[in-house]
Amino acid sequence: MSKKILINGNEFEFEDNLTLIQALEFADIEVPRFCYHDKLSIAGNCRMCLVEVKGAPKPVASCHFSLSDLRPGPNGELPEVFTNTDSVHHARKGAMEFLLVNHPLDCPICDQGGECDLQDQALHYGINKSRYKENKRAVDNKYIGPLVKTTMTRCIHCTRCVRFTSEVAGTGELGAIHRGENMEITTYLEKGMSSELQGNVIDLCPVGALTSKPYEFQARPWELTKTESIDVMDALGSNIRIDSKGSEVMRIMPRFNEDVNEEWISDKTRFIWDGLKSQRIDEPYIRKDGKLVKATWDEALNKVVELVKNTKPSKIGAIAGDMTTAEEMYLMKLLFDKLGTDLYDCRQDGSYITNKFGRASYIFNPSISGIEEADGLVIIGSNPRIECPVLNARIRKRWLTGNLKIFNIGQENDLTYEYIHLGKSPEQINLKSMDINNCKNIIWLIGDDVFTRDDSNDLLSHIVESAKKTNSIRDDWNGLAILHKSASRVAGLDLGFLPEDSKKNAKYIANSKNVDLLFLMDADEIDADNKYKVYIGSHGDKGATSADVILPGACYTEKNGFFMNTEGRLQQINRAVFPPGDAKDNWKIIIELSKRLKKSLNFVSFDDVRKDLQKKFPIFEDVGVIQAADQSQLSKIEIKYPKLNDVEFENSIKDFYLTNPITRASKIMAECSMQKKNNGNING
Amino acid sequence: MVELNDKNFSFTKENLKIAEIEIKKYPEGRGGSAIISLLWIAQKQNEGWLSPEVIDYIAKYLGTSQIRVMEIATFYTMFNLKPVGKYHFQMCGTTPCMLSGSNELKKILQNEIGEQNTVSTDRLFSWVEVECLGACCNAPVVQINDDYYEDLEPTDLINILKDLRNNKTPKIGSYKKRVSSEPVDNNIQTQTDKEIEDIVKRRNKPGLSV
Amino acid sequence: MLKLENRIFTNIYGHNSPDLKSALKRGNWDSTKILMDKGKDWIIEEMKASGLRGRGGAGFPTGLKWSFMPKEVGERPHYLVVNADESEPGTCKDREILRHEPHQFIEGCLLASYAMSAHACYVYVRGEYVFERVALQKAIDEAYEAGFVGKNACKSGWDFDIYVHHGAGAYICGEETALLESLEGKKGMPRLKPPFPANCGLYGCPTTVNNVESISVAPEILRRGADWFSSLGKPNNTGTKLFCISGHVNTPCNVEEEMGISLRELLEKHAGGVRGGWDNLLAVIPGGSSVPCLPADQCQNLSMDFDTLKELKSGLGTAAVIVMDKSTDIVNAIARLSYFYKHESCGQCTPCREGTGWMWRVMDRMVKGDASIDEIDMLQEVTKQVEGHTICALGDAAAWPIQGLIRHFRTEIENRLTK
Ligand SMILES: Cc1cc2nc3c(=O)[nH]c(=O)nc-3n(C[C@H](O)[C@H](O)[C@H](O)COP(=O)(O)O)c2cc1C
Ligand code: SF4
Ligand code: FES
Repeated sequence: MSKKILINGNEFEFEDNLTLIQALEFADIEVPRFCYHDKLSIAGNCRMCLVEVKGAPKPVASCHFSLSDLRPGPNGELPEVFTNTDSVHHARKGAMEFLLVNHPLDCPICDQGGECDLQDQALHYGINKSRYKENKRAVDNKYIGPLVKTTMTRCIHCTRCVRFTSEVAGTGELGAIHRGENMEITTYLEKGMSSELQGNVIDLCPVGALTSKPYEFQARPWELTKTESIDVMDALGSNIRIDSKGSEVMRIMPRFNEDVNEEWISDKTRFIWDGLKSQRIDEPYIRKDGKLVKATWDEALNKVVELVKNTKPSKIGAIAGDMTTAEEMYLMKLLFDKLGTDLYDCRQDGSYITNKFGRASYIFNPSISGIEEADGLVIIGSNPRIECPVLNARIRKRWLTGNLKIFNIGQENDLTYEYIHLGKSPEQINLKSMDINNCKNIIWLIGDDVFTRDDSNDLLSHIVESAKKTNSIRDDWNGLAILHKSASRVAGLDLGFLPEDSKKNAKYIANSKNVDLLFLMDADEIDADNKYKVYIGSHGDKGATSADVILPGACYTEKNGFFMNTEGRLQQINRAVFPPGDAKDNWKIIIELSKRLKKSLNFVSFDDVRKDLQKKFPIFEDVGVIQAADQSQLSKIEIKYPKLNDVEFENSIKDFYLTNPITRASKIMAECSMQKKNNGNING
Repeated sequence: MVELNDKNFSFTKENLKIAEIEIKKYPEGRGGSAIISLLWIAQKQNEGWLSPEVIDYIAKYLGTSQIRVMEIATFYTMFNLKPVGKYHFQMCGTTPCMLSGSNELKKILQNEIGEQNTVSTDRLFSWVEVECLGACCNAPVVQINDDYYEDLEPTDLINILKDLRNNKTPKIGSYKKRVSSEPVDNNIQTQTDKEIEDIVKRRNKPGLSV
Repeated sequence: MLKLENRIFTNIYGHNSPDLKSALKRGNWDSTKILMDKGKDWIIEEMKASGLRGRGGAGFPTGLKWSFMPKEVGERPHYLVVNADESEPGTCKDREILRHEPHQFIEGCLLASYAMSAHACYVYVRGEYVFERVALQKAIDEAYEAGFVGKNACKSGWDFDIYVHHGAGAYICGEETALLESLEGKKGMPRLKPPFPANCGLYGCPTTVNNVESISVAPEILRRGADWFSSLGKPNNTGTKLFCISGHVNTPCNVEEEMGISLRELLEKHAGGVRGGWDNLLAVIPGGSSVPCLPADQCQNLSMDFDTLKELKSGLGTAAVIVMDKSTDIVNAIARLSYFYKHESCGQCTPCREGTGWMWRVMDRMVKGDASIDEIDMLQEVTKQVEGHTICALGDAAAWPIQGLIRHFRTEIENRLTK
C-alpha cells in the first residue's frame, strides 16, 4: 500500500512497508546512522537517526519506525515527520556527544582515519570541545584471528559486526559480553573467527575498532589509486576495488553489486594481495641440464619456437588455469587452430563438463539473485560454503526468511544453514526421498566436482530428468545450477576452449604419452608428465617449477580481460598496477609467440583482440549482463535412466585458503589455513 | 585469561533430570528459554562458578555456540566467572540499604573477608556489593548463597561470619524478631485464620452472584 | 486508615500459612469458576470499571491493557507473563505476595489468562528470590493437585498451565520487553517498539505483561465488584495499594493502604513515623528510585496517588517510599542511585550506556565536592540528553532522580562545591 506523509512540510508518497530512514533517503534527506545497515537486521541502538513524528511523545528511531506505524492526526491530517527541528538536532547532537565521550581521539594513528563515519559526523555536529572530564574508558584489545585487528577502545557498540557474523556469515562467533558501559565485543575466549567472510566486518565497522590486520598502517585512503575490477578467486566474480599505491596493490575492497556479491567479499578475495607480491616470476627461465636458469625473452621465446617446431602439432596441448582471461584463451585457441590441433582445455581439474548441450547445461541458470526466489534447493556434490562463500551467504539469507527446503547429497559439511542430508553418493538422488513436490522454484545446485567423475554424464542426465519431473525447468525458471569453482571456466566453455573429442580432456592432455609438449597457462592445479612443458604465468608454483621454459605473465590485478561468472555474467577485470620486472601481459606473449612461429595473429592492440572475440562470440558483447541461455538445447542430453552408483561425492577443495598459486604465495592465507587447522585457536 | 583445567563438566544424573524439567516448561523448540536455569543449576553443581568447561557443556547441551552462552553468563550478575567462597555474600549497597547502614557492613566484610570478588584464604568466603535485593523494608540485607539475612546490625553480621566459620548454621531472615516486613513494633493487627475467615464471610461479593 | 475488611492481602506478613488450606480460609479460590463463567468480556469490563492502574510502576490501566489482546486466538497462542522481577530500589512488595499470598496470585493468573485467552502463563521471578520461587512453585503444585489449574482449571473447561521462570540478576529484565527477551533465553535487552507485546510478545505471540500485584488483586476485584474497588482511594487513583516504606522511619514495613492516603498518615500510622519526628524529615522518594525526590515542605499534605505526585513532577511508581531524615547526605543518596543505573544499564543504546556512566561520575565528584558550580547545569543538560532518547525507560529513570535533586537541593550541592 502506498501512503502519503509530510516530511518537513512537504508531501511525499511511499510504499508503507518502508522504514522512515528508507523513505527519507528517497526524499533525499540525509539521516546520520551508525548501527543501521540495510543488509543487517535493525538494532536501533546508536540513536543517531532520531526524527520527530508529530504526536509521538519522544523522538523515534527512523531506522526502525515503519511508515505503516504512522497514524493520521486527530482530524485525519497526514502524518508528519520532521528531521530539522531543535528536538531532532538536540537528540542527535546528544547521541553524538555520548559516542565521543569514551572514544579515544586517536584519529591520526587510526587506520579508519579519512573514512570514518564517526569522524565525519563529529565534524557535522560541530563537536570539538569535550565537556567530559572523566577518564576515558580503556578496553583491552581482543584476538579474533589473523585478519581482523581490534582496537576495542574505539568500539561504539553498534553491533554491526555481531549481527553480520550471526546473520550473514552464519557462524555467530562474535558476541557482546558484559553489559552497560562494560559491554565488549569479542569471540569466545578470544578464539580466531572461522568464517570465510569475516573480513567484511572491517567494512561494516563504522569506526576504527575493527581494521585490517595485514593492511595495518600501510597507507592512508587519500594516497590510494582506486581501480574497479573483478575478483577471480572463485567463479562468483565478486565486484572489487583494487586500491594501489605506486606499483603495489595495497588492499582489495568490495564494490556493491546487488546481483552478484551485494556488498560482501570472501576473505580470500580481500586478503590475497600479499600473494601478488611474492613468489613472482619476473624474468623468463629456460631449463638447462635439469636446472632452471634465467634467460632473456628472446632466448626463451626461441626455445619455445624450437620445441614447437620439433613436435608434431597433434602432440602439442595447452591447458588454461582458473584465472585465465577469455581473451587469452581465445588467442591460444586461434594459435592452436593455426597449428592445426585442438588439444586445449580450460578444465584443468579433468572435468568432463561440456558445451555440447548448450549454455543452459553449464551455468548457474537461476542466477545468484534468483536464489532469493527459490523455495527448494538440492545440493549435489558441492560444498558451497568454501567453493563460493558469498553465494553461500545468499543461500543462507534466503534460508533465514523461511520456507526453503534444502537437501544435500554429498559430503556433510557445516554450511551455516540447516539441510536434510540424504546421503553421500548418487544413489540418493531420488525424488522419492525428497519432499519437494510442493516447491515451485527448485534449484538443483551441482558442484563442479561432480563433472570430474566418470559417471558425470549419467548424473547430469538423471538430474536434468529429475528437474524436469519437478517442473524446475520451465519458461520462467530454470533450476539447473552449476556452481563452478574456477573463474575462467564458463568463458572457456563459451568460446570452446576444449577439445572436440570429449575423451581427450585435460587429464588426458597432461598425462598421455601422445602429447609431448604442453603449454600451461597459469595452470598449476594439474599434474602433468609431458616431455616438455612451457609455463606462461605469474607465480613460481607447481606449473613453473616443473616447466622447461617459463614465460613470466601478469596477475589479474595487472591486466585487462573478460570473465564469465558461474551464472554466465560477463564482467571485466581492469589493470591496477603493472606486472613486475620483465613480466608481460599474457596476451602480448601469445601474440609474440605466434609471430615467431610464423602463425602470426595480427592484432595490434588488446582492443583488437577483444573486438575479434566479440565478433566471433557475440555473447561477449554486453558487460555486466547475463545472456539468457537457451533451454531447448538441454533436450540434447540423452536421458539414460542410468543405474546410480554408491561412489561418494568428493569435494576437491581441501583448504579454502590455498586454492591457486597466488593463495599459496600469500603469507596471510597460510596463516589463515594454519589457524583453521589449529581449530581457530592460535594463542591457546 | 580464564584458567582452564582439564576436568570436563557434565550434569549429575539428578541435575540432568531437573534440566529436562526446566526445558519442558517451554514450547517445543524453545528450550533455549531455559538457559538461565541451566546455567544456574550448573553453577550450583560447580561450586558456585561457571568455568569454561561449564560454558562448553551448556552450549553443547542447548545446541548453541559458546559465545552466546558467554553473553548470557556475563550479562546476569548472579553468574560468577571466577571461583567464589563456600559462602558467597551479596551485600546490598543501594540507597535504601545504604540509608540503613550497609556501609558499616561493607567495612566488616572488607576486614573479615578481603577485597570484593576475591576468595578468602580459607576458601570459605567471598563477597560482592550488589544492587537492590528487593527487601528494602528489611534493610540492610545480605544474601549468603541462596538465603537472605535481614535487618542486620554490625554485630549480627560478625556473629553470622563467626557461626559460618564454626560450621554452625546462622538464622535466616530478619534479625529484628520479625516474621517478614511487618512493622517491628507490636501495634499491627495480626489475625488468626479463624478471624480472617469471619471477615471474609461478611464481605459483600456481587461478583459471585449469578 | 484502611478498614480490615477492605484489605485484599490478609496474610501479607506471613503470620499464617501460605498453603492452600489456609488460603482457602482467607477466601482465595472462592468460586473462581463462577467468575470465569461470566465470560472473558465481563472480566475485562469489570477490571476496566474498577479503575485499577498497573502496580508495576507505570500505572497503565490494567483492564484497558487486557483489552488490547486480540479477541480471537489465531495461529499464535496468547500468553500472560507476570513480572516478578521486582528490582526497583525501595520496592519489596511482590516478594511478600509470592511467599505469603501465592494462591491469591495464582488465582489472579488464571483469571487474567482466561480473560485474555491465554492457556499458558509464565512468572518471571528475579533470580535472587530463590526462596520465593520455591514457595511459589509449591503453591502451584498444590493448585494443580487441587485441580484449580491445569486441564479444565477449576472445572471451567479452560486448560491453564503456569510456569515459574527465573532471572539471574538484572534490573533491566523488569522492563517488559527486556523481560520477554530474557524469557526467550537471550540477554535482557529491551526491544524496539512498536510492535508492542499485545501484538508480538513472547515468541512473537500476543502477550500481556503485568506486575504481580496487579494480577493478585484481580480475583478480589472480580468477587467484590468493580464498585467496591473504585469506592476506595480517589477518582482515577482507585483501590488499595501495597506501600513499601524504607529508610529513616522508626519501623520500616510493607503495608496495604488506600490510594491517596496522606504521606504523613502513612508514615505515622504504619511506620512509626520519621526517625526523630516529622520535622526531622528532609525528603522522600515517593515511588521507588526512578522517581524524583520531594523535599519535606512538599510532603506536608501529600496525597499518595499517581496524579498528585505527577503534578509535583514526581510519581507514585511502585509506591516504594524511601524516607530520608535530616542526617542524610542527600547528594550521596542520589549518587548511589546513579551508580545503580550505571550498573544496571544493559548497554544496548548509546545515551543510556554512556550517559549513565557520565552522570554517575559527575555525581560522584559532587559528593566529594570535587566539581565546579557550572557542572550542575552541565549535569542537568546531560540528563536531558538521555531522557526521552533511549530505547526503554531506564534512561529516563536514571535522569529523573538527578533532576529531582537539582530541582530541590541545588543549594545543597552548591554549598558543597564552594566549600
Ligand atoms: C527499567 C525498568 C524496570 C522495571 N522493573 C519492573 C519490575 O521489576 N517489576 C514490574 O512489575 N515492572 C517493572 N517495570 C515496568 C514494566 O515495564 C511494566 O510496565 C509492568 O510490568 C507492567 O505491569 P503493570 O501494568 O501491571 O504495572 C520496569 C520498567 C522499567 C523501564
Ligand atoms: S567493533 Fe565496530 S562494528 Fe563491532 S560493535 Fe564495535 S563499532 Fe560496531
Ligand atoms: S541508525 Fe537508527 S538507531 Fe542507529
